[in-house]
Amino acid sequence: MSRSLVLAVILLLPFVGSLCAAMLPRNARNGAATLAGAFALATAVLAATLYGDVSDGGVVRAGLAWLPQWGLSLSLRLDGLAWVFTLLVSGVGTLVVFYARYYMSPADPVPRFFSFLLAFMGAMLGIVLSGNLIQLAVFWELTSFTSFMLIAYWYHRGEARRGAGMSLTVTAAGGLCLLAAVLLIGEIVGSYELDDLLAAGDTVRTHAWYPTLLVLLLIGAFTKSAQFPFHFWLPHAMAAPTPVSAYLHSATMVKAGVFLLARLWPVLSGTDLWFTLVCGAGLITLLLGAVAALFQRDIKGVLAYSTISHLGLVTLLLGMNSALALIAAVFHMMNHATFKASLFMAAGIVDHESGTRNLKRLGGLAAVMPITATLATVAAAAMAGVPLMNGFLSKEMFFAETIFASANPWLRFGLPSVATLAGVFSVAYSLRLVHRTFFGPMSQNLPREPHDPTRWMLAPSALLVAACLLVGIFPARTIGPFLDGAARAVLGSDMPGYSLAVWHGLTLPLIMSVVALIGGTLLYLLLYRRRDGALAPAPFSKPLDGKRSFDVSMVVLMRTADRLLNTFSTRRLQPQLALIVLAAVAVTTYTIWHQRALAHSIVSTPLNPTFALLWVVGGACAIGAAMQAKFHRLAALIMTGGAGLITCLTFAWFSAPDLALTQVSVEVVTTVLLVLGLRWLPKRLESEEPDRGTWSRARVRRMRDAVLAVIGGTGLAAIAYVIMTRPRTPGIAEYFLTNALPEGGGRNVVNVILVDFRGFDTLGEITVVGIVALAVYKLLRRFRPAPESMPLPRAQLADGDGFSPVPSGDSLPRGTMRVPAVLGRLLLPVAGVISVFFLLRGHNAPGGGFVGGLVLATGFIVQYMVSGTLWIESRMNIHPQYAIALGLLCAAGAGVAAWLLPGNFLTSLEWHAALPLLGEVHLSSTLLFDLGVYLLVVGGSTLILIALAHQSLRSYRRPVETSSTHVRPAAPGEGSQ
Amino acid sequence: MNGILDFAIGFAQLCFVLAMAFAAIRVLRGPRAQDRILALDTFYVNGMMTLLALGIRSGSTMYFDVALLIALFGFVGSIALSKFLLRGEAIEP
Repeated sequence: MSRSLVLAVILLLPFVGSLCAAMLPRNARNGAATLAGAFALATAVLAATLYGDVSDGGVVRAGLAWLPQWGLSLSLRLDGLAWVFTLLVSGVGTLVVFYARYYMSPADPVPRFFSFLLAFMGAMLGIVLSGNLIQLAVFWELTSFTSFMLIAYWYHRGEARRGAGMSLTVTAAGGLCLLAAVLLIGEIVGSYELDDLLAAGDTVRTHAWYPTLLVLLLIGAFTKSAQFPFHFWLPHAMAAPTPVSAYLHSATMVKAGVFLLARLWPVLSGTDLWFTLVCGAGLITLLLGAVAALFQRDIKGVLAYSTISHLGLVTLLLGMNSALALIAAVFHMMNHATFKASLFMAAGIVDHESGTRNLKRLGGLAAVMPITATLATVAAAAMAGVPLMNGFLSKEMFFAETIFASANPWLRFGLPSVATLAGVFSVAYSLRLVHRTFFGPMSQNLPREPHDPTRWMLAPSALLVAACLLVGIFPARTIGPFLDGAARAVLGSDMPGYSLAVWHGLTLPLIMSVVALIGGTLLYLLLYRRRDGALAPAPFSKPLDGKRSFDVSMVVLMRTADRLLNTFSTRRLQPQLALIVLAAVAVTTYTIWHQRALAHSIVSTPLNPTFALLWVVGGACAIGAAMQAKFHRLAALIMTGGAGLITCLTFAWFSAPDLALTQVSVEVVTTVLLVLGLRWLPKRLESEEPDRGTWSRARVRRMRDAVLAVIGGTGLAAIAYVIMTRPRTPGIAEYFLTNALPEGGGRNVVNVILVDFRGFDTLGEITVVGIVALAVYKLLRRFRPAPESMPLPRAQLADGDGFSPVPSGDSLPRGTMRVPAVLGRLLLPVAGVISVFFLLRGHNAPGGGFVGGLVLATGFIVQYMVSGTLWIESRMNIHPQYAIALGLLCAAGAGVAAWLLPGNFLTSLEWHAALPLLGEVHLSSTLLFDLGVYLLVVGGSTLILIALAHQSLRSYRRPVETSSTHVRPAAPGEGSQ
Repeated sequence: MNGILDFAIGFAQLCFVLAMAFAAIRVLRGPRAQDRILALDTFYVNGMMTLLALGIRSGSTMYFDVALLIALFGFVGSIALSKFLLRGEAIEP
C-alpha cells in the first residue's frame, strides 16, 4: 500500500469499527470488545509501520480535493509529532478497550460503549492527522460530541448527564472559538493548509489581528485541556465509566488542547502576549490543580485535579517561548499519558473490586490486592516525580526551564519557587492517594470483599507501568528517538542540544526535585496527623470554582431566552402572519424605492375582453374565499376551488399546458385534502354577547389586516408586472431550449429540465416529499382530535346508518351514494391508464411523473370516498410507504446507473433498439428517474390522505354495528387503537 | 371560412366565460352550501369547455389533455364536497 493510502486507512479504521460495533446486539460483550480491540490494534500497527517515513523529519501526506477554490480539502498530514500522538491515541486506546472488556458489567450495553469509544478515537486521530485547519476544527468538535456520549454512557445517573452536558457546553463552545480563530488565520495566511500556515509564522505574529486570534485560539485550547478558568468541567466528567476517564482524561481528549498549542507553536509563540497568556494560565492551573487534588475524597477526583495540574505544567512549558521547554512539554505529555492512564485503571480496579472510591473508607488494600497496589504505587511515584521514573525526567526538565525562563528578577526567583511548590503538592497528593488506598489500617465494611482482579484486567495497567519504568531508567534508548522526531517536526532545523539521562550531576533542578520530594512527604505527614484536615474542602476552592459561574451563566442564558421569547413571540397565527407580511413589504419597498425605471413599456398582448372577464371572476372568487375563510370554511374552500381553476385556465390561455395540467391535478388533491381536514377542525367558539369594546377592537384589527393585505397583494402584483414587461434579456432559457433535444433527448423542455438538467434538484425535492409524507403519517398516528369534533357528524346521526358506507355482504352503498360509487369505481382503471400515459410521454409532451402520480393518487382517493375505508382495505392492499421507498430507489438507481459508463451522477443514458412489433424503441434512464418521481408522488399523496382518513377509525368509533362480519385488516395508516 | 371560425370560437368562449361568471355569482352568494357546490361543478364544466375552444383556436391537441383531466377530476372535488355535506366527512370508515 502506498503511504498516503495507509494514512487514510488509519483515520478510517476507527470509524468503520465504530459502525460495525454499533450493529452488534446489545449483549455482545466479547464480540464488541474483540472487534473494537482488533480495530484499535490494527490502527496502532499501521501507524507504527509509518515510523520509517517520519523518523528523519519526513512528512507523509494524503489529500482529496473537495472545494479547492475555497481552500477546503480533506488533507492528512503525518509528521513526527503527529506520529507520536497517533501511536499514543491508538496504543492507549487498544489497552483501554482491553481493560474495558473486564471493567464493564455484563448488564451494560457494551456495543454502544465500544462504538462511541472507537468513534472518539477516530475523531482524536482526525485532530492529530489533520493537515487542514477547518478539518481540524471539525474533528475537534467531533471529539466534544463523542466524549459527551461517553461521559453520559450511564445516562440513568443524573451526575453523568450533568457532567456530560457541562463538558459538552464548555468544550464545544471553545471549539467554536477555535473555528473563529482558524477563519481569522485563513484570512491572514490565505490558506487553511497547515503547511502554508507553518511557513507563514512571521506574517501571523505581526498581523493586527494576532491578539484577537490568539485569544480565540487559546480559549479553544484551554477549554479542551481544562486550563484555568475553564478547568471545572473535568472533575465533573469523572462521572464517566473509568475506562473512559483512563482514555479521554489522561491520554487523548484533554491532550488535544496542548497538542494544538504545540502544533501551532512555531507560528504563534515567541511574543510577549503568548508568554503572558499561556504561562499565566498554565501557572495558575498548575498550582490550583495540585492544591485541590490534595483535598479530594474520591480517587478519581484526585486524579482529575492532578490531570488539571499536569496539563497546567505542560501549558506553562509551552508558554515559555523556548525550544527546550517545548521538548520538555512534549516529553511530559507522553509521560503523563502513560502514568495517568495506568493510575485511572488502578482506580477503576479498586472501585470494581471494593465497591467504593472514597478515600475515607478505603485503606490497607495492599494486603489483599498486592499486584494492583504495586502497579499503582509505581505509577503514582512516576506522577510524583520519583527518580528512575519517566515523570522524574520531564519534571526535572521543567524545573531546569523555570530557572532560565526570564531575566525578569521576579520571574527569575518566583517561577522556580512556584514550580517547586507545585512539586511539593504533587508529591503530597500522590503519597496520599497511595497511602490512603493501599496502606494504613485495613478498611472495614466495604461494599465488596476486595481482591486482585483477573490477570487480564491488570495487564494493560502493567504494560503502562513497565513503560514508565523503562523510559525512566533508559530514557535515551527507549523514548529518545521518538521524542527527537516529535520535537524536530515542530522546531525544524534549529533543534537545541539536550540530553536525556537520569543523572546530570548535582544540579539545581535535582535539588529542586529533592526539595519537592522531602517537602511533599512532610506536608502529607502534617496533614495525616490531622485526619480531618485532609478531608476538608480545598482552600480557595470556592471562589476559584468555575462550576458556580457556569451554572449561573446557564441560568441567566435560559432566563434571558425565556424573556425574549415572551416579549417577541406569540403563539397566535394572525400576528405572526401580519408581522411577516409587514416585514416583507418594508424590505421590498426599501429595496426598490430608488429604482427609477419601474415601468418598461414593451408592447403586451392586446386585452381580450373574454380573458378580462375570466380574471374578474377569478379575482372575485379569491377575495370571497379570503372574506369567508373565518366564518364559512366550506364556502371559502369552494371559492378557492374556483380561483384555482381560473389560474389553471390562465396558464392554458398563455400556452403553458404543462403548468395547466399540473395545476389541475394539484387543485383536486388539495381540495380533497382540505375537505378531509375540515372534518377535524374544532367548531368556532361564539361568545354569547360580544360587547361594544370587543367589536370595535375587532373592527380596527380587521381594517389593519385588510390594509396590509391590499398593500402586500398589489405590491406583489406590481413587481410581477414590472418584471414581466421588461425586455427579455438572453438568459439561461435559450440554453435549455436549444439543448433539450440534442442533449436531454426530449422535446418537452420543462420535463427535460426536471429530470435531466436539474435532476439532482428534483432528487432532493422528491426526497423531501417522501420525508414530509412520512412525517405527516407519523404525526397523525398520535393525533387526537379536539373533543368537540370526536362524535359522529350531525348529518350521519340524522341519517342513521342506512346510507353508506357499503353494508356488509353488499358491493355497493345504498342510497344517494350508489351512483357516484359506480362512477368512482369505473374511474380507477381510467385514472391508471391516463397516469401511465402521462408518465410515458412526459419526456416529449406535457405530462411527466409528477402529474401522472397525482392522477393515480386521485384515483385511489376516490375509491376511499365512495366505498369507505374498511371496505376498500379489506379488498386492496395499499402500501404507500413501499411506493415511496421504491420511488426513491428508482430515482437514485437512475442516477447511479450513469456510473456504469464513465459519467457523472444522474447523467442520462439512452438506448435505441428496434423491436419486432413495436418498431424503434427509445429508452432513456430518465424514464426510470421519472418513474421514481411518479411512485413517490403516488405514495406520498396517498399516504397523507389515507392517514387523514384513518382518523375516523379511532377508538370512539364502533365498527361493530354496521359491519359485524368485516374484520378490519392491518391498515397502513393505523396506530394503536 | 377562417373569419367565421374565429368569430364563432371567440363568441363561444365569451359565452362559456359568461356562464362561468354566473356560476361564480352563485358560488359567492349561495345561499345554501348545496348551491355553491352545484355552481362549482358548473364552473368546472364551463372551464373545460373554454379550454376546448382554446384548443380549437390554436389548433393544438395539448389542451385536450388538460380538458380531459378537468372532466375526470372536476367530478372528484364535487364528490368530496357533497360527501362532506351529506355525511359530515369525505371518507367514512
